[in-house]
Amino acid sequence: MRSLRIVLLGLAVMLGAAAAPRQVAPVYPVVKAGPVLSFPRDHGAHPDYRTEWWYVTGWLKTADGQDLGFQVTFFRTRPAVDQANPSAFSPKQILFAHAALSDPKLGRLSHDQRVARQGFGLAEASATDTHIVLDDWTLIRGGDGRYTTHVAGQDFVLDLTLAPSQPPLLQGQAGYSRKGPKPAQASYYYTLPHLKVTGLATRAGKPARVTGEAWLDREWSSTLLDPAAVGWDWTGLNLDDGSALTAFQVRDAAGKVLWAGGSLRAADGTLTHLGPGEVAFATDRRWKSPRTGADYPVGRTLSLKLGGATRAFKLTPLFDDQELDSRRGGGPVYWEGAVRTGGGRGYLELTGYLSPLKM
Amino acid sequence: MAADARISGQALRWMMLGEWRARPGRVVLAALAIAVGVALGFAVHLVNLSALDEFGRAIRAVNGEADLQVHATGPAGFDEGLYPKLARASGVAAASPAVELTARIAGGGPGTLTLLGLDILRAAQATPSLLPGDLGGGVVEGQGPFDPDALRLSSAALKASGHRIGDTVVLLAAGRSASFRIVGGLPGVGDSQRVGVIDIAAAQERFGQLGRLQRIDLRLAQGASHDQVAAEVGRLIPIDAEIVTASSEARRSDSLSRAYRVNLEMLAMVALLTGGFLVYSAQSLSVARRRPQFALARVLGLTRRALLAQLFVEGGLVGVIGAGGGILLGLGLADVALRLLGGDLGGGFFSSASRPPLAFAPGAAVVFMGLGLIVALAGSLLPAVEAGRAQPAVALKTAGDATDPRHRPNPWWGAGLLVAGALAALAPPALDLPLFGYAAIALMLAGGVAAMPWLARAMLTPVRRIQNPPPAAALAINRLWGAPGQAAIALCGIVASTSLMVAMAVMVSSFRGSVEDWLVQVLPSDVYIRIQNAETGGLDRQVQQALAATPGVAKIGFRKTTLLRLAPDKPAVTLSATPVDPAHPGLSLPLLGASRAVPAGMTPVWLSEPMARIYDLHPGRTMSLPLNGGARTVFIAGVWRDYARQFGAIAIPEADYTRLTGDTRRTDAAIDLVPGASPAKVIAALRARLPQAEAAQVEFALPREIRAVALRIFDRSFAVTYALEAIAIIVGLTGVAATFSAQTLARTKEFGMLRHVGVLRGQVMAMLAIEGALLGLVGVAAGLSLGVAMSQVLIHVVNPQSFHWTMETKAPLGLFVGLAVALITASAGTAVLAGRSALSSGAVRAVREDW
Repeated sequence: MRSLRIVLLGLAVMLGAAAAPRQVAPVYPVVKAGPVLSFPRDHGAHPDYRTEWWYVTGWLKTADGQDLGFQVTFFRTRPAVDQANPSAFSPKQILFAHAALSDPKLGRLSHDQRVARQGFGLAEASATDTHIVLDDWTLIRGGDGRYTTHVAGQDFVLDLTLAPSQPPLLQGQAGYSRKGPKPAQASYYYTLPHLKVTGLATRAGKPARVTGEAWLDREWSSTLLDPAAVGWDWTGLNLDDGSALTAFQVRDAAGKVLWAGGSLRAADGTLTHLGPGEVAFATDRRWKSPRTGADYPVGRTLSLKLGGATRAFKLTPLFDDQELDSRRGGGPVYWEGAVRTGGGRGYLELTGYLSPLKM
Repeated sequence: MAADARISGQALRWMMLGEWRARPGRVVLAALAIAVGVALGFAVHLVNLSALDEFGRAIRAVNGEADLQVHATGPAGFDEGLYPKLARASGVAAASPAVELTARIAGGGPGTLTLLGLDILRAAQATPSLLPGDLGGGVVEGQGPFDPDALRLSSAALKASGHRIGDTVVLLAAGRSASFRIVGGLPGVGDSQRVGVIDIAAAQERFGQLGRLQRIDLRLAQGASHDQVAAEVGRLIPIDAEIVTASSEARRSDSLSRAYRVNLEMLAMVALLTGGFLVYSAQSLSVARRRPQFALARVLGLTRRALLAQLFVEGGLVGVIGAGGGILLGLGLADVALRLLGGDLGGGFFSSASRPPLAFAPGAAVVFMGLGLIVALAGSLLPAVEAGRAQPAVALKTAGDATDPRHRPNPWWGAGLLVAGALAALAPPALDLPLFGYAAIALMLAGGVAAMPWLARAMLTPVRRIQNPPPAAALAINRLWGAPGQAAIALCGIVASTSLMVAMAVMVSSFRGSVEDWLVQVLPSDVYIRIQNAETGGLDRQVQQALAATPGVAKIGFRKTTLLRLAPDKPAVTLSATPVDPAHPGLSLPLLGASRAVPAGMTPVWLSEPMARIYDLHPGRTMSLPLNGGARTVFIAGVWRDYARQFGAIAIPEADYTRLTGDTRRTDAAIDLVPGASPAKVIAALRARLPQAEAAQVEFALPREIRAVALRIFDRSFAVTYALEAIAIIVGLTGVAATFSAQTLARTKEFGMLRHVGVLRGQVMAMLAIEGALLGLVGVAAGLSLGVAMSQVLIHVVNPQSFHWTMETKAPLGLFVGLAVALITASAGTAVLAGRSALSSGAVRAVREDW
């Protein structure tokens, strides 16, 4: 559940309102509990659903021991445009990609993006396996299950190979993950934690060999959030013992938690689902952006109720300024950063802190 | 030397100022003539420069400042499959595909706008100036970027539409109509260009452009070589697309109006040349009158060189004052012309409805001022040389014609110049312009003027043989005979202005007459149908059948008119698919010469005369046409006359066009009515059968209406020509009148002598009238013949070389007669009027004083 997704959702909602009567509006399937995810089919795109993403976040280490955070994210959205228009340019599917590098030496994010309507082989997302091309950016799952990605921004280039070390983690009820009080406010959601990363990170024209560990979130849905939601906090942590922790909360305008959830999968595969009331985010430290004035709770303590016991995870950012202002590209202002925790590392996402995200 | 310089400096001042004070009118007139010539030339230049600047801005605005652009050679566009190829080409950072159509807003006035169907996500990368924004009129909330109903307009287009943000409008383009909501503006486009942007998918679907693009805008990767990318792109594009750069667009827009503009510039130069003759005659007279003064100054020690220098300075001052005034006048004229006539001076080349702002060109100002100065100096060269040559002792006594009456004028200079003019007329165009043609006209003019002393004598010889003429006539004839130099000075003004006027008048009347004949030839049917801005669309087969079956229609012939760009730096040519019978093409085309037999299996085309000339194509050969993504070889069967499309037109049989392109839609139709059918009723019945989407764009016209409109356009585009011509004539005639009166006034002593020896006052007046009439007659006869000769250069050299068409000579005889009468009357009348004042002031006393 990520901030950029909300932009595209918003887009789709707006387009729905603009459709004229003589046009054929799209019919979006509703996310329901029950269907069994099957692979590799479900690694591919689900073009009927309104929105979908492949969301990679992770930590890299250079040969000289420097830590870097990175995100490589591809989105697909199905705007509510006329489905009867036979034009090859008809914007029935829009692909969007975002990449960012968290370099403590720089002290802020380097980021870039690509966006295009699907078609002409320039922007395509396969419906049989993960195979996404968006101009010169790619995310491709090979026959051996390993992902390769290439993203080239103004200030950096990433050429990475991501090798799964664990089976897919099905979130919620076998992949049906609720995001709000209504059953339809949900997504299909699975995760590939503990991806082993190798490759090249090029900064200022200088390539450097990197290794590391990443996290892939896969999610698709047609109706995700409650109308009262203004933002959310999310974290995904690769713990050193091989376990994987997912936690999120959806907030309303008053800061009240509308919904929360998550999961903890132990190294042996034992999976514990977390629902509302079992996940709590406490704020240890705030950081105010000098650029936008947004005030983010960047230091957090995450408390989980696990079978009567409570486990706490203190989250510390790699550095404070991991704010991403994508307003020029029509996106929101949010915080997406690499965080450390005792016995693990991962990513924290904070949205809706500057202004409520419009839905 | 110091004393010399001082004498010459003082002499210069008093002689010049004294002369100017005594005869201010002539100096003013000469300066004015120079000023008018310089002003006209400079104004035409400025107006065109402003128009080209504006055109350049328009191109840049519509192109969105792309680094490189691939444009379709015709409105049908090219296959959209080119887009991914170009997007992946090395060195290309972003490719933005575009559907580009000419559109009209229903009920939004007569102007059109450039309608672009864009992928906003790609445009953001390649042509950010075409992105939507707020013009100050707000944007409509709640609309997404891919809204198929959203229309964004530039401020000029919004203003012209008469609508506001939020309104729903109907767009007419490619023969179809669709409604859109104005959701915002295009602030990057600027204030003067009419541009509209909709989504590319909506544009393809609603205006029948599925699978087609007209344009791809490219942004190059940082550090990529423009030339290398252009070469790579050049290898990838199909035959119906071409690479367009800012410079090729500039050349194309320049060539749009180049010939017309150069012709106007040349007319302005003619006015300047007339001004030069006026300087010449003014200086000649003033030199003649001051001959004793100069002789005195020479006797007192003024050197010949100093005298020459002084006369040059006099001419130069007239030139500087005239040219300087001309530059200011030109600026004012250009401003007025831009406001009244638009950037193409009424030529109809730039369709943009906007009035371009005036652009100042300092370099051109210097050039035109220099031209004015050179003409003024050249005008004073001959009189100065003549004054320097005079023997001071002889000149001290006589103020008349220094030439010995027994001396026979030499015809060879004039003949030589005329022959040189004739030879120059045979030369081919230079820089695609009839520069040698204009040189021929200038040489012929100079030759005619140079031959005048000899010619005047030759023409007076038969008159002189008349036995026992009345005394006044005898005096007049002998006076003209004996003073050929003075006669020639007066004559050169008449000849120069008459011949130029006659040449222009013959050319324009030939052109207009040929256009009238041609209009009758090309409009044989009773009713014509045309769909506006439908190059990419038109009436489909079903509608065509419905129209053909309308009661009252005896025969209907459908045509498709579309545009093809055959060269990146030349304007598009018109491709016209018409129901022409290859066996009898003359029935539907105004052929020039015979049509060739078409070899079996070949597709015939007939080229318009400009097409054949511009692209140097000849009947019997083949050429290649970019149609439907392929190069089609066609056989050139013949050439036909066309005045409507200056940049060329190709006629192709309708069936062959459909076979080659698969396009069965038609944009025009010619209808023959059943005898007795009422055109109005049939038009109403036809209109009722048109589909609603197209009805708004369909225009019906009767041949006589089309003819009237065509001739109105013709006259409008020649309005500036007429105006320039009139100015040249007025300057010329004023010069003639001034010369005459000056010469007459200078002869006060002669009149005194005649009165002294007993000639009656009335006889002197009669003598002057006869002299004037004879001079006028000689001038008109010479001017008419020279003018007709020059008109042939205009018709057979200048027009074909500039506009690539020919015409039949049609002489405006009425104008000739009127001109002759007016000139003879004017010259006789001026001479009499001037004579009256010369005689009134005690002519006898003048003689007495002198002796």
